[in-house]
Amino acid sequence: MRRTVIVDETVRVHHLLDREEVLGPLMLSPLMIYLVALIGLPLVLVFVYAFSDATTGAEGFSFVGLQTFQKTLDDPVFRVALRNTVVFTVIAQLVVIVLATILGFVLSADFRGRWFVRFLVLLPWTTPIALSALAWLWMLDSLFSPFNWILGQFHVVDVGTPVAWLGQDNLAVTSVVALNAWRTLPLAAVILMAGLTSIPPELNEQAEVDGAGFWRRFFDITLPLLAPIMMVAILFGIVATFTDMAAVYILTRGGPGESTQVLGSWSFITGIQGGSLAQGAAIGIFMFPVLLGVCILMLRRASRVDVV
Amino acid sequence: MVARSPAVAISRWAVLAVFAVLCAFPFGWATFTMFKADGDLYTVGHIPFLYNSPPTFDHVRVLFTDTAFLTFVRNSFEIGLIVVAITLAISVPAAYAIARLTGQWGGRLAITVFIFYLVPPTLLFLPLSRIVADLGLQDTIWSLVLVYPTLTAPFSTWLLVGFFRSIPRDIEEQAMVDGYSRAGAVVRTVLPLAVPGLFTVVIFTFAFTMNDFIYAVAFISSSDSMTVSAGVPTELIRGDVFFWQSLMAAAVLVAIPVALAYNFFLDRFVQGLSLGAVKG
Amino acid sequence: MAEVEVRDIRKTFGGPSAAVDGISLTCGDGEYLVLLGPSGCGKTTLLRMIAGLEHPTDGDILIGGRSVRGLPPRARKIAMVFQSYALYPHKKVEQNISFPLEAQGLSREERAEKVRWASGLLGIDHLLQRKPRQLSGGERQRVALARALVREPQVFLLDEPLSNLDAKLRASARLELKQFQQRLGVSTIYVTHDQVEAMGLGDRIAVLNFGRLQQVGTPEEIYHHPANTFVATFVGSPPMNLLERDGKIIGFRPENIELEKNAAARDDASIFRSQVLRVENLGADRYVYLRVKDEKGDTNVIAKLPIDHPLRVAADDDADMVVRKRHLRAFDRSTGEKTAA
Repeated sequence: MRRTVIVDETVRVHHLLDREEVLGPLMLSPLMIYLVALIGLPLVLVFVYAFSDATTGAEGFSFVGLQTFQKTLDDPVFRVALRNTVVFTVIAQLVVIVLATILGFVLSADFRGRWFVRFLVLLPWTTPIALSALAWLWMLDSLFSPFNWILGQFHVVDVGTPVAWLGQDNLAVTSVVALNAWRTLPLAAVILMAGLTSIPPELNEQAEVDGAGFWRRFFDITLPLLAPIMMVAILFGIVATFTDMAAVYILTRGGPGESTQVLGSWSFITGIQGGSLAQGAAIGIFMFPVLLGVCILMLRRASRVDVV
Repeated sequence: MVARSPAVAISRWAVLAVFAVLCAFPFGWATFTMFKADGDLYTVGHIPFLYNSPPTFDHVRVLFTDTAFLTFVRNSFEIGLIVVAITLAISVPAAYAIARLTGQWGGRLAITVFIFYLVPPTLLFLPLSRIVADLGLQDTIWSLVLVYPTLTAPFSTWLLVGFFRSIPRDIEEQAMVDGYSRAGAVVRTVLPLAVPGLFTVVIFTFAFTMNDFIYAVAFISSSDSMTVSAGVPTELIRGDVFFWQSLMAAAVLVAIPVALAYNFFLDRFVQGLSLGAVKG
Repeated sequence: MAEVEVRDIRKTFGGPSAAVDGISLTCGDGEYLVLLGPSGCGKTTLLRMIAGLEHPTDGDILIGGRSVRGLPPRARKIAMVFQSYALYPHKKVEQNISFPLEAQGLSREERAEKVRWASGLLGIDHLLQRKPRQLSGGERQRVALARALVREPQVFLLDEPLSNLDAKLRASARLELKQFQQRLGVSTIYVTHDQVEAMGLGDRIAVLNFGRLQQVGTPEEIYHHPANTFVATFVGSPPMNLLERDGKIIGFRPENIELEKNAAARDDASIFRSQVLRVENLGADRYVYLRVKDEKGDTNVIAKLPIDHPLRVAADDDADMVVRKRHLRAFDRSTGEKTAA
């Protein structure tokens, strides 16, 4: 067992690949460079544009202080868009919380055909938004919507005057909110389901032994323990709805008459189709407070030790 | 959550059925109508839920032969593949570094990456369209190839950090003691064990690139370079005439495979989400 | 000569105190040295520095007389067995064992021969085609040892390899380990928090606490002549009894107590008046819990007597503890260090 070579001198000074101080930053840099260059930089540019008069046509631009912001705030469509964005998000996500809890609960038990049911339930989220919006567009077509036919059969509406799901202000708003809720529901349900399965069954069993009924257990044990993960689900949903552009653009283009505009779609129309980078950016900036709020909430959650 | 009585089981089934219908109805409707003959579909008097005339594959065929749909699919596929490669190239090392090498910094870095993830495309698309134009990539698939990793890499990194953390450090250190440098140890022990995670990243990266709409319509205007998400809602609508059956066919044909892929990997996805969210 | 020496070695992780705070220690060629201490005492950190998995903040490490500071693990000709055994889950047992040999660039035949030799030595030939998850704890340990062996290392480093085994298996596993090491004659450094393991396996034991070396010596030295109160109470179960007397701390082991009623004074022993609290009959031994009055008030003391020794006292009785002076140890009241009796 004796060997003459005690240590391998050929591997003398730390190889570059062995030194953690070098390897760590080296492995991180591609990602960081990418993110800083293509997310960080554009983010800064959004603010730069918003204080300028940049357009897609001209090469350069100059700073105009708060002029662009003033123009934006004066724009009635912008005010509608801002209000809509908030209202749509709040309503859609409130609906989602309730439904996702029920769905997560019901889906968490094991049963035959679970995989297929899960497949169906996930369709709204897994499908590219543009394509689901398109399916909704067809489903809500004022002439050929199956709902109109059903309503006509029950004589709720005249066959001659079909319901314009996307053509009438209130209905269009409802449709957009419904689409947003529909497509964020599955993710929330899945997250909640994961949360439900992470609650140790002993807690509920103990409560049962101690005499608590189903609803008591639900409100006193399950819900409080679910709250942190529910917040994660809601925050994802809020971001998705608040920053949405595709659903509104494809479904209504913001119409009828700009009544369903949201920040995302109006920013796109103003910036790309209208050509005013500055105004488009200014509109987009109003997304910032909510995003910041979400960030902070997520950070606070991340720094808290996990439950149980 | 054991069903205590038949009543509970039945009500559970009822609730599930309602949700399943709610979620899948638009697609069910799309699938049903894509085979409807023009005369049947566009006559208001006909019952929509029946094939009053026999179903036909014509519209599906037209989608492939007379439209740019296949071009869109090809573009999406090409973009997807390259973006997957780029994403893996930048997020695997980054995730390993965050999971292993950066002690206290690990948590802070993971959170930084996550914050980048939260910045939405609807905020960045304007400056990025300018940057893309300045780089001369306007109206080409390369504009998307360049930008899409910003959507996919943060999430992939986050997912992979969770996976790498779940592989015990012991194993790498054992390989180092057994005669390999750290790089060699990682390649031989960590990567093989992380294959499920890598697979998940590939699937979700692909799915995310399919999902984007705003970048695709902002950067690209000619049909030749459009992706499925950008092309189908815009190009397949000629003027005010909607070729609904073909449109629905396009939607369904893309939605189903993507959904299947998601479903196979969903458990890993959730595992990755929760692993990434739990520190250390 | 594959002697392992650490000189004044220090390691801080950025906190207020050092994980390893200036330890100098030598493991002789072929010696089985045990690093013993409670969790957090720095023993694992010390082992990892010897392996090259941590870099010392200060001090030096020498293997075979040559400094290895700055060398990565693979250059140190060491083998290490982790507490979890760190078997590669995606490889079969055979590939696990031959893994270190692949790094050395040996041919397939050479590798196969060494694997055969190592697995034969550990009696695991029949397990070569299995995967780690199909093995029991004891089998995994042997695979880990075979893999360590196959490198023909100068030094074996073992980090609590028995703690994952069933308590009942540990004694036989200890025996196998010791025989294994004696046969090979390789210098071995073994980390554990279990003092029974340490006493049974070590040629010498190094007791650590708070990153500092408390005492190093043979098991007998450690047990019978502890250098301070920490070593005195850490080694031995039940621990050494400590009483404050005459401005010092007096210590004596439970098995050195004789119990009498109304003991007469004598020259060669000290007598402590006490009251019996409780008697426990534990099969081969009897534990008697007593209360003694000393300078600090009441102190509970445990006496360990053989079961066949007739017991003349019962609970609540007054009893005298008789301890022969040669069994008494003394420690400084403020530092805990050994002093004259």
